[in-house]
Amino acid sequence: MRHLNWERAVSVLLLAPSAIAIFIFVYGFIGFTGFVSLSNWKQLLPDFTLVGLRNYQRLFANPRFQIDLRNTVVFTVLFLASSLIIGLLLAVLLDRGIKGEGIFRSIYLFPMAISFIVTGVAWRWLLNPGTAQAGSTGINLLFEKFGLGFLKWGWFTDPTVLYIHPDSGLGQLLQRVGLGALAHPNLGMSVAIISLVIAATWQMSGYTMALYLAGLRSIPEELREAARVDGASEVQILRHVVLPLLQPITLSAVIILGHISLKIYDLVVAMTGSGPGFATDVPAYFMWETTFQANRFNQGASIATVLLLMVAVLVVPYLVYSVRTEAKI
Amino acid sequence: MSKRAICLALAVSLLLTLGLSVASAAPLSQGEAYTIVLGDWLSKIADKYLGNPGAWPAIMAATNTKYIEDPTFARIENADLIYPGQKVWVPTAEEAEAFLATYDPGQPGLLFGAGPKGQVVIGSWWTSGGEAAGLSGMFDIYASKYPDVEIVNGAVAGGAGSVFKGVLKTRLIGGTPPDTFQLHAGLEVEGYSPETYLAPLDDLYASEGWEQAFPADLVALLKSYKGHYWGVPVNIHRSNVLWYNKKIFADNGLTPPTNFDEFFAVADALKAKGIIPYVLANNGGWEAPHAFESVLAGVCGAEKYRGLWTGAVAWTDPCVTQALENFKRMVSYANTDYSALTWDAGAGYLIEGKGAMFIMGDWANGEFTKYEFTDYGWASPPATKGIFIALSDSFALPAKAPNKDNALAWLKVCGSKAGQEAFNPKKGSICARTDCDPALFNDYLKSALADWAVDAIVPSVVHGAAAYESWAVDFKNTISLFVTSGDVAATQTALQAACVDAGICQ
Amino acid sequence: MTTQRRKRGREVRWSRVLIYAILTLSAMFYLMPVYVLVATGMKSFAEVSLSRMWDPPSGLHFHSFIRAWFGDPGIFRGLSENFMNSVYLTVPATLISAMLGSINGYILSKWKFRGSEVLFPVLLFGLFIPYQSILIPLVQTLQKMHLYGSIPGLIFVHVVYGIPITTLIFRNYYAAIPTELVEAARIDGANLFGIYRHVLFPLSMPGFVVVMIWQFTSIWNDFLFAVTLIGNPEVQPITVALNNLAGSFVVEWNVQMAGALLAALPTLLVYIFLGRFFMRGLLAGALKG
Repeated sequence: MRHLNWERAVSVLLLAPSAIAIFIFVYGFIGFTGFVSLSNWKQLLPDFTLVGLRNYQRLFANPRFQIDLRNTVVFTVLFLASSLIIGLLLAVLLDRGIKGEGIFRSIYLFPMAISFIVTGVAWRWLLNPGTAQAGSTGINLLFEKFGLGFLKWGWFTDPTVLYIHPDSGLGQLLQRVGLGALAHPNLGMSVAIISLVIAATWQMSGYTMALYLAGLRSIPEELREAARVDGASEVQILRHVVLPLLQPITLSAVIILGHISLKIYDLVVAMTGSGPGFATDVPAYFMWETTFQANRFNQGASIATVLLLMVAVLVVPYLVYSVRTEAKI
Repeated sequence: MSKRAICLALAVSLLLTLGLSVASAAPLSQGEAYTIVLGDWLSKIADKYLGNPGAWPAIMAATNTKYIEDPTFARIENADLIYPGQKVWVPTAEEAEAFLATYDPGQPGLLFGAGPKGQVVIGSWWTSGGEAAGLSGMFDIYASKYPDVEIVNGAVAGGAGSVFKGVLKTRLIGGTPPDTFQLHAGLEVEGYSPETYLAPLDDLYASEGWEQAFPADLVALLKSYKGHYWGVPVNIHRSNVLWYNKKIFADNGLTPPTNFDEFFAVADALKAKGIIPYVLANNGGWEAPHAFESVLAGVCGAEKYRGLWTGAVAWTDPCVTQALENFKRMVSYANTDYSALTWDAGAGYLIEGKGAMFIMGDWANGEFTKYEFTDYGWASPPATKGIFIALSDSFALPAKAPNKDNALAWLKVCGSKAGQEAFNPKKGSICARTDCDPALFNDYLKSALADWAVDAIVPSVVHGAAAYESWAVDFKNTISLFVTSGDVAATQTALQAACVDAGICQ
Repeated sequence: MTTQRRKRGREVRWSRVLIYAILTLSAMFYLMPVYVLVATGMKSFAEVSLSRMWDPPSGLHFHSFIRAWFGDPGIFRGLSENFMNSVYLTVPATLISAMLGSINGYILSKWKFRGSEVLFPVLLFGLFIPYQSILIPLVQTLQKMHLYGSIPGLIFVHVVYGIPITTLIFRNYYAAIPTELVEAARIDGANLFGIYRHVLFPLSMPGFVVVMIWQFTSIWNDFLFAVTLIGNPEVQPITVALNNLAGSFVVEWNVQMAGALLAALPTLLVYIFLGRFFMRGLLAGALKG
């Protein structure tokens, strides 16, 4: 399609405000944050003397930050997996022509309308374990009432961290291979984080369900019929025909959910706080505290930069891939 | 007429014309009234008289202010709708500049002459319960003294100010602070770079005679950073109080412990009966360190405790090791869901009879009162009899406060007898002043008042008195981790490292 | 043949039952927190307790809702005064950012010029920055623009930070519209504006629905920008008032839960009533890949 000259100019002009705004408010500010992360700003009064990478060295040596990184990775993996799987499961079930599909869909979708703060408050009550002496509360109480008392556990108050113990078989093996450093609590998984995962999944799995349902509905029935004629069972159709076609949806859901989970803050504040032994602490929470309570603006900026880099690692390959696939078309 | 006379007349008229035009082009030395004619609009008038069309809000505000005293002036509801014949008041250039410096488009009230004295924006994290009631009491006193000032309650909720501090510090750096804000007395002020962002209050202290009205220990605390006063204290809270459920103690024939051996004996007895002996909370990350500072003071004693914060005593001292060991043992008797409990939920365990003992500041008293729980007793945490771990809430004055005079007036109310008597009984604290009427306070507060007079006063670290905020945060994080890890050696090393990091220890 | 069908009939019925069972159990999982919020909100102060949280309220007490809405003079502000602020913020911001996203998406999908392929990911990256980290430069920039502390300033901020997601949604949506339609309009003599007005805009409804629902929700529920960028409680949105209901030390859980429900009501209603348009929009290609 031939573009007239003035149309070319107007296209650029129409995009210009957005481009300029993003340039200033995103890239400019990221640049400022990066600059601050290399500075000595430790009190309210800005101090821009550069100190090189010292802030980053101290940050990575900080046990709380190491725990935060561990928590973020664990939370992201669990949250993405559970949201995608539950969303897919519900979508597949709903796709079967269910009576009252609209009602079920609304029920699964409505948590998205609620802010993370409200979600945190509600789930804090639900997953509050109570104590042995004082009595259970929340879901533990429900377990008791239904005779499932053995399922009770500490939820987000449980400080247990699952990791490869250096003395265990696997630990010994790793040490012999020179990877002994992997057998450390800071590379394990805190069970308390499961509580956060449950609350976050509750909130966002409706979104993945909606995406998958739309995706399923857009798969032409002929493809499925063809597979059925060939003798495939429903499960096989799911695995070999449907899932591959849903891949782009999975990818975009991973991106959206992934960046939410890396930046998670409101939910932690409202629901668990840092947790026992920082079991539910996350970088964004640490960043707020270190910047606005401890006045370490430089350390806060370095946490922000690390977060950005983590997001970039997740997102930039996807962006490059999507640009390349578009260019091919 | 002679040529000379004509020349003289011309010269005189020329000079007069020059003089007149200069005078009319000169800025107004005092404000003047101006009647709108057809074709005028506010920015045009602003341009003509003040040289700046953007100064129209100053004209609007000045006119509306004048209107209150003198209704012949117009009341401008909408800056775009003015009519010929309306009389407006054009302020002087300085007045206009002063107004524009504080003008905030987000506060349209400023354009309507919010009283001849403007507003006062008061920032804090006291948003509900007894605290808000206490604050409200002080607002009433302020309003009765300065009825034309609009009081804006800029409080933001969030555990112990965690959200508020973020907002406050962002605004201080951005140059748009509230008029006054809540600040702990002591070294917490260091984090605010007070020389740049706050105004020292030495003159105010002198004029109000506060150095005589406040007790000497408190004055020393208030002056501890760079020898200036940065805030006006409204209260004194006590950190080291052991609250206990009287019924549980009576039923089991126990008496409140005075030292650690007795504490553990009591705990053992209660544990055997299936009652939580010691209630621990730590959802906010500060409640457990709060209990630990009592243990630290108890084991090390007042002198050494002070020394830990001034660098006179190293954190590698054996009394710290012993304190950590004791605290570790105390935690073993505590409820396992501590990370889910905020301090008020911990007090709730005491109220509901689920737990026997709880170490928390005297604001817990307010919680008991609210739930109409009377079966509680108080004692000093083990080995801290005769020690008063003190903290104080104060109000500070930002250097760029938009309404400085109104803020100063607020500070005067804060430091006054009437203000403190209105605030403290509701808040659950004792007055910072020494001359408040004891009859206004309940039994617990009366005993706190008596203790304050005789005990050794030491500063609380968890509540901003003893150390810089960055050090206090490190301390809180280290102890929070210790509650779970129980690693005495590593914790002690970390505490020493925090002290070095703060620049106090070597 | 008939036996097979009958056998399949019974199998199908069992699997149907299982499906309904799973769906219903899931629905209960999703509704559990709502029960807690509503039940606690309707309890009197003395009844509220963690250990009795599953007990239904003794009666339909609405006083916590009333108290949450109107506030308690001298103790805390109610939500009512800030409700309209949220409306003044969210409605314009949603509309503006939807229009902007639509235009951006249109240009990026149908009017590719040199560099537009790079510009899109560059714009998109703005979705990923942690907002806590840019508060300080943001406040200073807004100060210089004289937008600090006002609802228009907050609208501006939300529009700017909404550019990535709205552009993403619209671009993907318009990309799914076949180029033949655009070509046909071209042949008929339409220019850049004409193609948008006559071809794309009429087809944009599902895209607009998805974008507006998403933006409405995230702007209405935003707390961080609201509390940092507006200092005057008269001007702040409802999220800040809700946070203050909690109180820093003394919490009245029934009022807090009631307040949370009230504050969430507009977005909840949007989802309940417009949910199927959201689905239709997703079906039509928004938010795909």
